[in-house]
Amino acid sequence: MSSTQQISQAMEEQITPTVQGAPGLVSRATAAGRAEREDPLQAIAEGRTVPSDIHPSLRPEAIVLEVKNFNLWYGEAQAIYDISMNIPRGQVTALIGPSGCGKSTLLRSVNRLNDLIDIVRIDGEMILNGDAIYGRAVDVIELRKRMGMVFQKSNPFPMSIYENVVYALRIDGVNRKGILDEVCERSLRGAALWDEVKDRLDDLALGLSGGQQQRLCIARAIAAEPEVLLMDEPCSALDPIATSKIEDLIHELRGEYTILIVTHNMQQASRCSDNTAFMYLGRLIEMGQTSDIFTNPHLKATEDYISGRFG
Amino acid sequence: MWLSGGALVICVVMVLGLLSLVFWKGAATFWPMPVDRFTTVDGRPYMGEITRHDTYRPALTAYNNLAPEVVAQAETLLADTGGVSDRDLVRTGNFRLTQNHFHWVEEFEIARRDQPEWAMVLERLEWGRFYGLLEAFLILHPAASAEEAHTLLAALEPEMGLALRLVDRRFIDGAEQTVLLPPTALGEAQGLLAVAEVANGPEVAWQAFEEHHGEVRERWEERRRLEEFDTGEVNHTQEKARLAVRKVELQLQEIAEQEGEQSPAWHTAQATLEAKRTNYAKVSAWADGEFARIREEIDAINQENSRYQLLLRAAGEGAIPAQSTLVRLDDIVRAYPANRVSWRDKLGIYLSRWHEFLTDDPREANSEGGVFPAIFGTVTMTLIMSLLVVPLGVLAALYLREYAKAGPLVSGVRIAVNNLAGVPSIVFGVFGLGFFCYVMGASIDELFFAAHLPNPTYGKGGLLWASFTLALLTLPVVIVATEEAVSAVPNSMREGSYACGASKWQTIQRIVLPRALPGVITGMILAIARGAGEVAPLMLVGAVKLAPELPIDGLFPYLHPERSFMHLGFHIYDVGFQSQNSEAAKPMVFTTTLLLIGIIAVLNFTTIWLRNRLGRRFGGGQF
Repeated sequence: MSSTQQISQAMEEQITPTVQGAPGLVSRATAAGRAEREDPLQAIAEGRTVPSDIHPSLRPEAIVLEVKNFNLWYGEAQAIYDISMNIPRGQVTALIGPSGCGKSTLLRSVNRLNDLIDIVRIDGEMILNGDAIYGRAVDVIELRKRMGMVFQKSNPFPMSIYENVVYALRIDGVNRKGILDEVCERSLRGAALWDEVKDRLDDLALGLSGGQQQRLCIARAIAAEPEVLLMDEPCSALDPIATSKIEDLIHELRGEYTILIVTHNMQQASRCSDNTAFMYLGRLIEMGQTSDIFTNPHLKATEDYISGRFG
Repeated sequence: MWLSGGALVICVVMVLGLLSLVFWKGAATFWPMPVDRFTTVDGRPYMGEITRHDTYRPALTAYNNLAPEVVAQAETLLADTGGVSDRDLVRTGNFRLTQNHFHWVEEFEIARRDQPEWAMVLERLEWGRFYGLLEAFLILHPAASAEEAHTLLAALEPEMGLALRLVDRRFIDGAEQTVLLPPTALGEAQGLLAVAEVANGPEVAWQAFEEHHGEVRERWEERRRLEEFDTGEVNHTQEKARLAVRKVELQLQEIAEQEGEQSPAWHTAQATLEAKRTNYAKVSAWADGEFARIREEIDAINQENSRYQLLLRAAGEGAIPAQSTLVRLDDIVRAYPANRVSWRDKLGIYLSRWHEFLTDDPREANSEGGVFPAIFGTVTMTLIMSLLVVPLGVLAALYLREYAKAGPLVSGVRIAVNNLAGVPSIVFGVFGLGFFCYVMGASIDELFFAAHLPNPTYGKGGLLWASFTLALLTLPVVIVATEEAVSAVPNSMREGSYACGASKWQTIQRIVLPRALPGVITGMILAIARGAGEVAPLMLVGAVKLAPELPIDGLFPYLHPERSFMHLGFHIYDVGFQSQNSEAAKPMVFTTTLLLIGIIAVLNFTTIWLRNRLGRRFGGGQF
């Protein structure tokens, strides 16, 4: 695996906006003369720490995932700065922010996929239903089995549709045909794919269309009844029709599953999430209920970003 | 652009030229040619198949030792053509009579050229080809004296169409000739051989030959079976008994050294030794009886077979006069009247020669007969090599790509592996001989085959060590191909697998390897292509000119990887450069080459087919 490539990419993403984006923002902010609070973007540009603005309306009763003072470095470069947030059970939480702001890195930290990159270093805590994710005695493999993940680009395995869906069970050593059949059907129905593929379960998964492949990946992710479903820009490589299908699916999965979704698409975030967190340059800037963030953001920076004025 | 295009064209033309040359020469080898008889101006005869035609400019000194008539004709001919002359290389055979297999016949010395109707081509088990005019077919009844002949003449009632004749051997013009005399000429016999039932005249003789050749050959096959298998089995049993004795002897020696003689263990071993010795004596006696019985059977078959003979008149060659000679039927592999056979018969002869080539053992120092043991050796060795090299190479490549942390050490290893591919193959041969045969083989011998010593079992070249050596030789190819295939597996798939909670090994086993499989098989194809054609290292580690036994046979333990084996590549070298009759062996070189190319192609196509099937199953994998 070419870890060096990944890192350079990550560093590039992180550094570029600092140089290009920040000065413009600052000047615009001052020009508008709206400085009832200090502009966090300017503070970040100056290298100071800024507190996250967590809306008080966001008081979930049940928390699935708790992030506490989380920092992450790629080698020397810090990618995530002191993020704390709570992900409520049964709801959809969207992570938005410009490219390179650390959304995906944060998401991948939840199931410790960043462990695969040698030079990644972390500090802080994440707690999944009471269990520390970065605890000393944690078995990463067991941990990952408690979560499902859907990637930016659909990545069905080179095997049949059926085997793709039951992959997580297979590696757990489940071989009872009855159980596998049941899980397969339930997951495919859950991913709204059952009717399209029920007659060709033994066909290669790579023969499906892009949208179907992505839904297959969702089916695979929910097959093991995950406690959290992580979605990393699941629609970015899909056409509008396939995108709307996935969005409908997210709607249907809400309630049953806790979903943490990274997206670049503001409309998507506003359409399908309950809560939204805005991140910028590795910091969590503002987090609240989606309706609040999109209609009445507390910060000018958030408003600028969601209205498309930068990012 | 023109330069690169031109280079490509030259490459393609050269490769196609090579292939078509091998194909054409190899395929034409077995086609039966007509037999020509030349008589030179000064009356010397030459008869045989024309194998090569040549146009050249004879040097003037070539006339010096020619007869005056020849010189005269040569001068007129050369004057017409402007000093250019043709010559034909005639395969005259009859080595035993003439001490020659081939003769160049110059165009300017030919007085007469014809194709005698009953010129026969005989392929024999020994002494190569025989060319002669068919005279008679004989069933002999040996008779050393006149009285015996008399009794036989009175007792015999010849078969339909056969007549009784006396077979007499006499010297005419300094050459030993076989002459048929009528029964009444008993008194004139000089060296009476036998009384024979004779089919006189070529047509009837040919009919009789076709009638009897099959049964004679069947008896000969039976004899070969007796010699090879039955004798082999008895030998094997006897050898086993001998080894049992030797083993106990060694044990006894060890006990004597460790616990001293007269110890209880020593006494037990002594008793066992006695038992084994008695057993060996018993087995030996049985074996002697068996050998005698087999010998008897063989003798009986020989005697019966020796009664059937063909009388042929060799055309003579140069100074050697024409003479009549008897040829035993069981010595003849194939015979045909070359100038009479129809197109269909020729095709039959052609196919039967191919059949013999592919399925039979070689004879006449490999220059004739078949190459079955070499085909068998090549294929077995290549398969064992693939079985060794693929798992090893794949595991090594997986470690390099998936487990090892990138660093100077890994880069160093990778460079070393790549350089290994550039090491001359003979170096691998030397290593194989020095390490596998003399170190590993010798240790195995000491541990498990001590009773066989000083005859080495594994401590010499053999199929197993040859496969090991070639596996080492082709290892870099497999490693490089696998590394490439593994690194071409998208990272997103690995991550997807990890995200599902798979461990590293599960990911490799279920996602990476299946996905990389077509690439791995590509490596295997390259390894086979390289390994199957390699000869140099094999000469050191086990390929031999003639292997008496195949590495797989019916005797326990059936697979004998320690045995020497024959290899097509080595066979080509041997036939082409080590054979006494190299002119006759030359077509065989092409045919064997054609076969080797064919076998490698078949092995490769099988693997490609496998790869395509797997490629369809796992998708992707464009290599």
